[in-house]
Amino acid sequence: MKDKLLDTINKFEPDKKSSPFLWTLYDGIHTFLFAPNHVTKDGVHIRDNMDLKRTMVHVVLLLQLCYLFGTYNIGHQHFLAIGEYTGFLEGFHLKFLYGFWQLLPIFIVAHVVGLAIEFYYAAKKGHSIEEGFLVSGALIPLIMPPDIPLWILGLSVAFAVIIGKEAFGGTGMNIWNVALLSRVFVFFAYPTEISGDGVWISGFENLELPNSPVEYGWVHLTLFNGIFDYFGLATFDPGWYVMDGFTGATPLSLGFQGGWEAITEVYTQTAMIWGTIPGSIGETSKPLIIIAAVFLAAIGIASWRIMAGMLIGAIFTGLLLNLWGATPFMTVPWYHHLYLGSFLFALAFMATDPVTAASTERGKWIYGFLIGFFGMIVRVINPAYPEGWMLAILLMNTFSPLIDHLVLRKNMQKRLASA
Amino acid sequence: MEFKNNRLRLRGVSLFLLSLFVVFPNVILAGNDSGLDLVTSLIIATVIIVFGAVIFVADNLLQLESKRQMEGKDIKIDASLFPKDFKVSSDKLPTYIPRDRYFHLNRGFDINLEGKPENKILETPNVSNYSVLPTDFYGLAPIPKLVPDEGSSVLAGEELFFDKRSPEIKFVAPVSGEFVGIKRGPKRAIHEVNLLADKEIKYKELPAVDLETASREDLVNFLKKYGGWVHLRQRPFDTIPDPEEVPRDVFISTFDTAPLAPNLNFTVKGESAAFQAGLNLLNKLTEGSVHLGLDGRGEEMPSEVFLNAENVEKYWFKGQHPAGNVGVQIHHIKPIKKGDVVWYLHPHDVIVLGRMLTERRYNTERLFALTGAEFKPNAYVKTRPGASVKEVLSGVEFRDDNVRIVSGDVLTGDKKERDGFLGFFDDQVTVLLEGNYYEMFGWLLPQAVRPSLSKTFPGFLFPDLEYTADTNTHGEPRAFVVTGQYEAVLPMDIYPQHLMKAIMTNDFERMEGLGIYEMSEEDIAICEFVCTSKMPLQKILREVLDIVNE
Repeated sequence: MKDKLLDTINKFEPDKKSSPFLWTLYDGIHTFLFAPNHVTKDGVHIRDNMDLKRTMVHVVLLLQLCYLFGTYNIGHQHFLAIGEYTGFLEGFHLKFLYGFWQLLPIFIVAHVVGLAIEFYYAAKKGHSIEEGFLVSGALIPLIMPPDIPLWILGLSVAFAVIIGKEAFGGTGMNIWNVALLSRVFVFFAYPTEISGDGVWISGFENLELPNSPVEYGWVHLTLFNGIFDYFGLATFDPGWYVMDGFTGATPLSLGFQGGWEAITEVYTQTAMIWGTIPGSIGETSKPLIIIAAVFLAAIGIASWRIMAGMLIGAIFTGLLLNLWGATPFMTVPWYHHLYLGSFLFALAFMATDPVTAASTERGKWIYGFLIGFFGMIVRVINPAYPEGWMLAILLMNTFSPLIDHLVLRKNMQKRLASA
Repeated sequence: MEFKNNRLRLRGVSLFLLSLFVVFPNVILAGNDSGLDLVTSLIIATVIIVFGAVIFVADNLLQLESKRQMEGKDIKIDASLFPKDFKVSSDKLPTYIPRDRYFHLNRGFDINLEGKPENKILETPNVSNYSVLPTDFYGLAPIPKLVPDEGSSVLAGEELFFDKRSPEIKFVAPVSGEFVGIKRGPKRAIHEVNLLADKEIKYKELPAVDLETASREDLVNFLKKYGGWVHLRQRPFDTIPDPEEVPRDVFISTFDTAPLAPNLNFTVKGESAAFQAGLNLLNKLTEGSVHLGLDGRGEEMPSEVFLNAENVEKYWFKGQHPAGNVGVQIHHIKPIKKGDVVWYLHPHDVIVLGRMLTERRYNTERLFALTGAEFKPNAYVKTRPGASVKEVLSGVEFRDDNVRIVSGDVLTGDKKERDGFLGFFDDQVTVLLEGNYYEMFGWLLPQAVRPSLSKTFPGFLFPDLEYTADTNTHGEPRAFVVTGQYEAVLPMDIYPQHLMKAIMTNDFERMEGLGIYEMSEEDIAICEFVCTSKMPLQKILREVLDIVNE
């Protein structure tokens, strides 16, 4: 069967010279379906079974945990705002389909824009499609707010891939983390879309207005409701509106204003750990992220050194800030910081990107530590935006070649000194 | 040495954990409102660390002092406060390994393949075609000058050709017989100098050399004239040594950790006299000493030939591949610095040199291991480098016709066609399947178990599993993405990935700083195997080594 399929596919091979774009597409699909029949030459005769596709796909597979929870949590937060089905598993089908319908276009737009650019450059430069965007494309939806306008998303992905990656020469050559670059683009170019309290809850015209009604479209009211009606399930109600006094503020913005007490007035510790709180799509569920982080470190795809360094850096800075204690947020004990906001998500998936991180073993410790340090500083002290990992990681991305340089210089000096 | 550092590190880590242990509960109990407890606990932690540091420093001084006093005496007293048995990374050594000459290399990767040679000698194959391959030697001009006329007959040990740039270094015939011609490659370069061997090999008798009285110059001239010189190789660059330069040291690794490697303890059996003679000769040629790297893995005691060798410095190495590579051993014994020249030899080449003194003839006969899962039995045959591949393998049948024959091991060997000849420095033939097949979703769900460093395959749970490997690349070449991978398998204080990047950007100063002189293709080969981006590291390194050498 395999041979038959192979023959069928081989029949469609376009000419590389006359239609490079088609050929690139063909090649991408072909190598996706079949590991190529290349054999070794000029060097080792056997090669490790590992390749870049497999490396990348393991990150993507583990991100599916965040996707599953993120999808459901979009719906859950939506219903918490309305005040209906406030139990976590109540209205399961409504929450899941609501979240799914919200996430699907984000996922599609991020991938279509990113992959199209990737294909274009691959064809233009005449190399095969690189796997880099697999991970970036999977990460980008998870770090966006659920209500992000799709055109902004598309623009930010295009910016990140073209300026952040292709301009430097493609996968493996970029200086900054591509996913974070798209996020930072939204953050600086469209600040109102990604900050403030209202953006983390999906499905209302304007969350800050009292009695703001839900925005349901044809899909919810006709398609989904029709299906639910048929099975006798609860349906979406177009008359719902946002509950009185609901703000949708994240724990971090509460903490910034009033410290730990202000946070715990609204959210329980359990909710914050399990992730049934508003936030970016994929960042909220801490246990799932920890599972993914441990697994990534154990199979050696993400560097445990960076993770450990970042953890130590954050704890160290947390302790320092606790000692200082000048603002309410500084008094939030350091161990609570570890599960607030997107610390763990950044630790597991963002800081460990091997291309943009420091590449020496000692450098990885320093790099991780400094991310932890700066991230906490920005989170706690920055008055405009109470979260720091995105900025800290991009900052350290910029300086990781310098860290490597210092580590290498020590090695070089040792060698040259004894000569 | 490595284990001492590890001990120190262990103490440091335990101290740190202890202080964390004190700080942690305090902080958690302190909760939100009290900053004082935090300060107190930090102070306690600081006190512990300072106190511990004082003890450790004092302990180290104590040990140093006792070492100084005990110098020259046979008794060993452990003056440390801490019991020596409490050493996580220190091994229980067999009694034949002295601890102060022992290196435990933690990094490396053994590729456990099916088809290892058994300790058994098969019937000697009837080989009549031999060839000396100028391409086996780095730094040689592509068209060497041939000495005998085509069709004339030569004795084993008689001059065959020389490089026009150093005409005094002779390449000699490994067997007696008829010189039947040459085979040229691209640009008229001579690739093979072919001989048709006699049934009974006749050797040219070499002049007697007395090591006691001969000067270094006499010995050098002897080796150059009678073919022994080209068995020497120099680091850096792996070339034939320049006779003008006196090597700092000579290094010999007496065990091979490469995949399916022959067991040298078995193949040198009974060669004590020749091996020792070779070592004595080498001792006269270097201003330093001859260093022998022995197998310290403890699974098998090294052969008497190595254990009883005299006039050498012996060092013991434990670790996965490439612990047996001479380059790695040099790095740990006495690294090569800029301007240094050292020599290295394979034990079989030492024996060839020794035979030139003891037997007074040029005799390169050695045991070759026939390895690889594609045929049975995997064992040894007695033949010579340069023997015809087809004739050496005449007695075995392959499971499959789609195979690749490699002279040497699968990491560094050369691909040979059936009408090819065994490499000059090799002692192994490996046969493996060609991997020219498509594998459906091979990158996600491989349909066979294959060796891999990556823990995304369950293979790491079964360390004793033997694999059959093929020549498929299992992926396409990419830019560097994954980091830390090369460092994990190369037990040297070198950053291979950054060295490679320096090479790619032609930054010679940086290459020197990052240790290009210590690097050789066979050392980087394991990095090339594990490379996720499928980089041709050996090729990249060889090209730049040739450029630097020019």
